[in-house]
Amino acid sequence: MPFIPHTSEDTAAMLAAIGAASIEDLFDEIPAELRAGEIAGLPDSMLSPAPEMDVTRLMQARARADGEPVCFIGAGAYEHHIPAAVWQLTTRGEFYSAYTPYQAEASQGTLQVLYEFQSMMTALTGLDVSNASLYDGASALAEAVLMAVRANRKVKDKRVLMPASVHPFYRQTVRSIVRHQGVELIEVPYDRTGGHTTIEALEQAAAGQACAALVIPQPNLFGVLEEVDALTDWAHAHNALAIGLVNPIALALLSPPGDWGDKGADIACGEGQPLGMPLASGGPYLGFLCCTQALVRQLPGRIAGKTQDLDGRPGYTLTLQAREQHIRRSKATSNICTNQGLLVTAATIHLALLGAEGLERVAANCHANTRTLSARLTELPGVEPLFERPVFHEQALRLPRPTPEVLAALAETDILGGFDLGRAYPELDPGLLVCATEVRTAADIDRYHDALQRLL
Amino acid sequence: MSQVPTDRVYNDSHEWLMDNGDGTATVGISEHAQEALGDLVFVEPPKIGDELSAKQACAVVESVKAASDVYSPISGEVVEINEQLSDSPELINGDAYGEGWIFRLKIADPSEIEALLDADAYGEQIADD
Amino acid sequence: MLIHDHSHPGRRAAAQAPLTTPDCADLPTALRRQRRPALPEVSELDTVRHYTRLSQQNFSIDTHFYPLGSCTMKYNPRACNSLASLPGFLARHPAAPETHSQGVMACLFDLQEILKAVTGMHAVSLAPAAGAQGELAGVLMIRAYHDARGDHARREILVPDAAHGTNPASAIMAGFEVREIPTGADGDVDVEALSRALGPQTAGIMLTNPSTVGVFDRNIQIIAERVHAAGGLLYYDGANLNAILGQVRPGDMGFDVIHMNLHKTFSTPHGGGGPGAGPVGVAKHLEPYLPIPLVARASDDTFVWQDEHSHHDSIGRLTAFGGNIGILLRAYIYARLLGGAGMKRVADYATLNANYLLKRLSEAGFQLAYPQRRASHEFILTLKREAKNYGISTMDFAKRLLDYGFHAPTTYFPLLVPECLLIEPTETESKEALDAFVEAMIAIRAEAEQEPETLRTAPHQLPVKRLDDVRAARHLDLAWKPAAER
Repeated sequence: MPFIPHTSEDTAAMLAAIGAASIEDLFDEIPAELRAGEIAGLPDSMLSPAPEMDVTRLMQARARADGEPVCFIGAGAYEHHIPAAVWQLTTRGEFYSAYTPYQAEASQGTLQVLYEFQSMMTALTGLDVSNASLYDGASALAEAVLMAVRANRKVKDKRVLMPASVHPFYRQTVRSIVRHQGVELIEVPYDRTGGHTTIEALEQAAAGQACAALVIPQPNLFGVLEEVDALTDWAHAHNALAIGLVNPIALALLSPPGDWGDKGADIACGEGQPLGMPLASGGPYLGFLCCTQALVRQLPGRIAGKTQDLDGRPGYTLTLQAREQHIRRSKATSNICTNQGLLVTAATIHLALLGAEGLERVAANCHANTRTLSARLTELPGVEPLFERPVFHEQALRLPRPTPEVLAALAETDILGGFDLGRAYPELDPGLLVCATEVRTAADIDRYHDALQRLL
Repeated sequence: MSQVPTDRVYNDSHEWLMDNGDGTATVGISEHAQEALGDLVFVEPPKIGDELSAKQACAVVESVKAASDVYSPISGEVVEINEQLSDSPELINGDAYGEGWIFRLKIADPSEIEALLDADAYGEQIADD
Repeated sequence: MLIHDHSHPGRRAAAQAPLTTPDCADLPTALRRQRRPALPEVSELDTVRHYTRLSQQNFSIDTHFYPLGSCTMKYNPRACNSLASLPGFLARHPAAPETHSQGVMACLFDLQEILKAVTGMHAVSLAPAAGAQGELAGVLMIRAYHDARGDHARREILVPDAAHGTNPASAIMAGFEVREIPTGADGDVDVEALSRALGPQTAGIMLTNPSTVGVFDRNIQIIAERVHAAGGLLYYDGANLNAILGQVRPGDMGFDVIHMNLHKTFSTPHGGGGPGAGPVGVAKHLEPYLPIPLVARASDDTFVWQDEHSHHDSIGRLTAFGGNIGILLRAYIYARLLGGAGMKRVADYATLNANYLLKRLSEAGFQLAYPQRRASHEFILTLKREAKNYGISTMDFAKRLLDYGFHAPTTYFPLLVPECLLIEPTETESKEALDAFVEAMIAIRAEAEQEPETLRTAPHQLPVKRLDDVRAARHLDLAWKPAAER
C-alpha cells in the first residue's frame, strides 16, 4: 500500500485493540446511505496505484511536451538565474516537511529564516517592518490596500487611487478580494506619451475627494519608471497613505519606498518571485508586505520576532498573533493563515548568496539586456517604443501587425515574444511588452530580431 | 477567587466603572478578566473625543494567546486615556482596579450606571464561570 | 547567529551573479538608490553551512512524528517534489501561450477531474492559493449566487463555535456578518439552535465534517435539509477531508461549495507554513462564479485557459496567475501514485490509526473530550485533570513531548474544550510510532506527578529552552538593523 506501513498483522492487532471487526466498522457513525465505498467517476487508468516508475514516465513526457522555448515575457514573472544551492537547501526535509512554527522551540530553523527574510526585505524596501510573506504580489497588494484603509485615521472614506499602469491581473485580484469590504477603487489613467502617472491625472481622478491611499507601482506594468517622489508627496499632502508596489530586483538600483518623497512611502509590497523562484507557470511565489513601525498592528500575516529563552539566550517566535484569525476570528486583520514559508526560505538563501552587489549586477544586466533588445527590435520597420520615459527591464512596443498573429508566429519558432498589451489595453493595440533579463544572451536577442524581421 | 471591590460597579462583560463624582467615570477591566487573559502585551485605547454608546466595543486588550474587546459600560464622551498603558500594558495585570485603568468618560446618562452590576452580583457571575 | 553575523565587507558568493555591472547612467539620478541595502556579505560555503545548520533546528515530518491535529502532517512523497520540479515544468512562464503549455495543462485538467470525483462536486477551480483563500472564494461565490438572484437580504453566515478562525475571518472579508452556532455536548452541531438561527437573512453555513472536535456530525442530512429549506447554502471546509476520502463525499452530504487543502489531504509540503493550495468545488448552480483561471478541454482535445473573457460572472482572480501550480502538480502526482484505491485507503488507515491511538491513550487513563464517540482521523484529549492535580498546563505537557522527540499535538484548539490536545496521527505512521507516543505520554504524566517543575521549564533538550513570547510581543524586534540604524 503506497505510503501506508501497516502489515496485515498490524491492522489485525490494532482492530483487536479497538474492539472493531473491520476498518469499515470505524465509519459506523456516518449515515449508511451517504457511504460511497469507493471513488466513482475516475478513469480506469487512475483506479489503481501507479508505480513511481510509471508516473515518472508520464510526468517526464508531459514536462517535455512543450519544448524549450526562449522566453522574452515578463509582465509580473521573470526568468532569473537561481543558484543551485537555493533549492538544494530549501528542499531539505527539515524545511520542506515542517509546518507553521507553532512550537517555537522545535522550529528555530524556520523562525530564524523568517526573521532573516524580514530583515532583508526591510533593508531592500527601506521600511521598518516586514511580515513573513503572503501568497503572491497581487494578493499582497490587496492586503496592502485593506491595511491602508484600516490604518488611515485621517480619512474615513475607503477610496483608493489605483493607477491603470498597475498590472491588470493585479487590479483584478485586488477587486476580487476587496470589493465586498466597501473599498472603492478609483482608476487613474496613465499618460499616453510617458506611460506614467501624472499629478494632473491624480487630481482629476480624486476630483477633490479624500482618498485613503494611493498605489504607486515602480516600475509600472509598462516597465516605465514613475515619479515616485512627487506621487508620494502628493499622497501625503492629501492625507492619503502611499503604497509602493515594487520589484525587488529593481530595488537594487532604484530608490527604496522608505526614501520616496519627503516622508517615504508608508507601505511597500510586491512579488518575491524574482528572488529565487522558478517561473513554474505562476506559482508558488511569495508576496511581500512591509510598512512603517506606526502601522505594524495593521500588518496582516505571520510575523517572527526575536526574544529570549529561560536562560537569556536569543531565540525566535511568532509574535503579534492577536492580529490573526486563529485568535481574533471575525475581527482579524485578514483571513490569511499560512505564509509561503518554503518560498521565503528560497528567497532568503537567494538574497544571502547574491548580496547587495550581486543583486545590483543582476539588475544592471537586466536593464542593459532590455535596452539592447529594445534597440534591436526598433531597428525593424514599424516597431517603435510606445512610451518615452525610461524603463527598468521591460519595454512596451508598438507593432505594425496584430500582436496575437506575431506572437503565434514567433511561438512556432520557439520564441515566446512577450505580453500582448492589447488584451487589457485596447488603446495600445497592437502593443507588445518585451523583457530580457540577465539570463538572455546576445545570441537570444539576435534570434528574436531575426525571427521578427522575417515576419514583418 | 479574586476580591471584587465594592466601591464601583461592573459590566457583565468584565469591565468596571467608577463614578468620580465630577460628572466623569473611570473604566477598566476586572481582576477576573486580566487573570483569564494572562500577561497583557498591548492595549488599544479609545480616542479622546470618541462618543461611545453603552455596550459599544471601544478598546482592545491583547495577551499573547487572546485578544478581547473592552465594552464601554455606559454612554459618554472619552475625556482621558491612560497613556502609561502604551508602554506598560502590564499595569493591568499588576493593578487592574488602580493603575491599570483604561479610560475616563463624561457620563451622558447617570441612570445607565444604576443598570450595572454591584460587586456582589458581579462576584456571583464570575463564581459561575 | 544570524546570516548577517557571518558578514564580512567585500566577501561574496562570486559565482552567483553576472561578471560585470553594465552602466545604467540612463536611469534618472533622482530615481536611483543612494546607498546599498544592508544585506549580508557572505561566501557560498558560509551560506550553505548556515542554512544547513538552521534546518537541523527544526522538527519536521522527515525527522519526527508530528501529530499536529487539524494539520494532517503525513509523509510527503519525494517523487512528488522531484517530478514537479522537472525543468519543463519549472521553466514555463505563466503567460506562455497555450501551444507551449499543453503538458502542464493536461495535469491540471486531470487534477480537476480527480477532485470532482473524490468530492462529488460538479466543477472545480484550482485557483485559490491556500485553504483560507479557498474559503474566501467559497463565500464570495455564495454571495454572488444570492446577489444574482436579487436576494440581497442574505447577509449572515452561520459558523459553529468550534470552527477554525479562518471561517469567520473569511466570511467577514466577503462582507458578511457572522453568527456562531453552539456545539452540543456530544460534539455534533446543536441542530435546534441552528434551526432557530435560520431565516431570510441566512446566506449559508460553513461546516467542517468531520468537525474540528474530531467526530463526524451525524445530523448532516438534517442540517443540509434545513439550511436549504431556509434558502441558505452549505459550505464545506475541507480541512478534514483526509478522514473521509473515498468513504463519503461532500457533494453527497448536500454541500453546495467546498474547498480542499491539498497540503493536507494530497500531501503537498507544508514548507514551514506554506505554500498551500486550496481548490474549490461547486454544485452546478454555483459553476458560473468559480474563480479564474480554469482549464478546459476543447473539441480537438487540446487544453485551453478560461478567464474573464469567457466567465463573466466569475468572482475573479485571487492571485496574479493561476494559483500555486507547482503545488497542484505535486498533488496530481500524489493522486496518480495512489490511484482511486489508494486514496480510499488514506481515510481507512488515518481513521484506524486515530482510533487505535485514542483507545490506547484512553486505556492508559487519559481523559477523552468525547468518550462516547468514534474518532475520525483525529481526536481530543483534555488534560484538565492533570492540570488541576499537578499544577501543570497543557502547554507544559506539549513542551515536554518535544524533549521526548515528538512534535506536540495541537494545543488549546478548539477553544471549547479546556486544556485540550488535538491529536492527528495520519495514515503514514506505523503502529510502533503510535505505541512509542503512548509510552511518552505515560512517562510525562508520571513526571508531572513526581517532578512537575521538569514540565514547567520544558523543553530541556532542544536548541533553546522555553521562549518568552510575552517579551517578544512587548519589546518588538522584528528585523535586524545595521549598527548605524539601531
